Amino acid sequence: MSVRQISIFVENQTGLLSEVTSLLSENKVNLRALSIADTSDFGILRIIVENVDDAAAILRENGFTYTITDVLAVAMRDEAGGLSEILDVLSEAEIALEYAYAFLLQKAGEACLIIRVGDNDAAEAALAKAGIKVASQEELF
Amino acid sequence: MSYYQPGIECASQEQIKKWQDERLVKQVQHVWDSVPYYRKKMEEVGVSPADIQSAADLHKLPFLTKDDLRECYPYGLLAKPLSECIRIQSTSGTTGKRVVAFYTQHDIDLWEDCCARAIMAAGGTNEDVCHVSYGYGLFTGGPGLNGGSHKVGCLTLPMSSGNTERQLQFMVDLGSTILCCTPSYAAYLGESAQEAGLQDKLKLKAGIFGAEAWTEEMRRDIEKKLGIKAYDIYGLTEISGPGVSFECEEQTGMHINEDHFIAEIINPETGEVLPEGEKGELVFTSITKEAFPLLRYRTRDICVLSRKKCSCGRTHVKMSKPMGRSDDMLIIRGVNVFPSQIETVLLAQGFPPNYQIIVDRVNNTDTFDINVEMPPEIFSDTVRDVTAREKELVAALKAMLGIVAKVHLMAPKSIQRSEGKAVRVVDKRKLF
Repeated sequence: MSVRQISIFVENQTGLLSEVTSLLSENKVNLRALSIADTSDFGILRIIVENVDDAAAILRENGFTYTITDVLAVAMRDEAGGLSEILDVLSEAEIALEYAYAFLLQKAGEACLIIRVGDNDAAEAALAKAGIKVASQEELF
Repeated sequence: MSYYQPGIECASQEQIKKWQDERLVKQVQHVWDSVPYYRKKMEEVGVSPADIQSAADLHKLPFLTKDDLRECYPYGLLAKPLSECIRIQSTSGTTGKRVVAFYTQHDIDLWEDCCARAIMAAGGTNEDVCHVSYGYGLFTGGPGLNGGSHKVGCLTLPMSSGNTERQLQFMVDLGSTILCCTPSYAAYLGESAQEAGLQDKLKLKAGIFGAEAWTEEMRRDIEKKLGIKAYDIYGLTEISGPGVSFECEEQTGMHINEDHFIAEIINPETGEVLPEGEKGELVFTSITKEAFPLLRYRTRDICVLSRKKCSCGRTHVKMSKPMGRSDDMLIIRGVNVFPSQIETVLLAQGFPPNYQIIVDRVNNTDTFDINVEMPPEIFSDTVRDVTAREKELVAALKAMLGIVAKVHLMAPKSIQRSEGKAVRVVDKRKLF
C-alpha cells in the first residue's frame, strides 16, 4: 500500500519555489507534507496531496516538470526513538533508503514518515513483521 | 625591416596579378582533372577550364561551402593520390563530422612559408626563441607556427597548450622572445606571470595570436601585461591553417599571402562579388595547393579588403579583422561551435532541443553556459538521478565540442519558446 508523491523540478532561482506553491494554493491544493532537496543548480520539491491527478494536471498546464513516484507513508510514534525504530527495521532488512521526510498527523501523538526505497513491497513486509503500519493516501487526509 | 621572402612579399601589383592569373588557370585544370565532385559542380553551371583565362574569370566558378566539405568527407575533395599525401589536419567539426584537409610535402612547405612570413613580420629572426603554445595535433595552430618557426631558424619550443606553470617556467629559463598562442591564452599567461611576479624575468618581445576574435582593447591589455607587441594572424584549416594572412608592425589589417590565395569579398545573400573596400563575406581560392585545392571557399567571415599602400613595404592586399559571421558559428575559447551541434547532443541525450547558449568574456576568457530544459521524461524524484543525467549531458557536449560547457537545467517554461525566430544564442562578448 503505497502513496503517490509528486516531485516537481525547481530551478535554483529566487522566487521559483514560491511560484509553485502559490500556483497550488490558488488552486486550493492542500499540501499534507513537503520536502525540498536542493543542489547548487536545481531543486526538487516533493509533495503529498490528497488529489494527485488534479494537482498534476494543474502543474502540467502551467509548464512545470514533475514526476509521480510511489512512496511509503509509515506510521511513526511522535516520541523519542520513533524514527530510529523504523530505520532499524529497514537497515536490518537491507533496504536502502533514498530519502525520507516526516510530518505530524492531526491526531495527537502520531506522526508519519514518508520513505522512498527501491522496493516498496519488501519494505512494507519488513515493517509489517515488526508491527509497523503503513498508511494509504486517504488515511493521511 | 626584414622579410622572409622579400621578392614575393614586396612584389609589384602586376607581378602578383601575373602569378594569380597563371596559377589559377593551372589550378582549375588540376581540380577539373582530379576532383569529380567539383567538376560536376562546374558542369552544372556550364563552366569548363577553358572559360577561366585569368583571375578576372574567377567569379564564373561555383562556390564551395562547409556543407560541401562535410558531404565529401573524408576523401571526396582530395586532388592527389594518397601516396603523395603526407599529413592531415582537422577542424572541430559540426554534427559529429569533422572537416579534414590533406597536405603533400609541397603543401606543408608553402604553409610553413606563410607562417615564417608572419613570424618575420613580427620581428622574428634566427636569434629568437619562439614559444609555440597553440595546440599541437589535429589543430593547425601548433604544427603551422612550429614549421614557420623552423623555417625562420628560431629556436622552437613546441609547448602546445595547457600547464601554465610549466609554460612560464620555460619562458623564464629559456628566454622565450616570441609567443604564439590564442589571444585569450596570451591574456591568461600575462595574468599568471603577473601573479607569480615573473613579469620582469620575461624576455618576450612579440606575440602572434589568432584562431579567435579579439578586440583592440584586448590587444593593448596583452601588450601591457606581457610587455610585447601583439600581432594578429588569420587562417583556416580548409585553406591551409594559420598564415593565410598576418599582421605587420603597422597593425592595421592582415596581409593575405596572395601568391597562394586569391581573396574575394562577396555579398553573402546573393553571392555577387563586391568592389574593394566593401564589407562582405571573405572567399578564398587556393592557387598553389596540391592535395586539397579549394576553389572559391566561403569562409563565412565578414570583413573588408584594402590595397592601401602599407608602410611595412609589403604589397599584398590587407584584410580587416573579421567583423562577424554570415552563419551562426561561434568561436569559443578558440574552438568552432555550431548551435546545431548542441542540438544534436541534446536530442541524443533525451533533452528537448529548446535551449539557450550564453557566451560572455570574463577576464579575457570566454564563458560558455547552456540553459537546457528538464523534460518530464527524464526527470526523477531523486537528486542522484537528475545529477547523473546532467553529468552525462556535460560529458556528451564535451565529446562533441571539445570544450566544457556549464549546463543549467531549467523548467520548460523558463526558456523562451520559438515563436518566429528563437533566440538560441546570446553572445555578450563585444568582439566585433
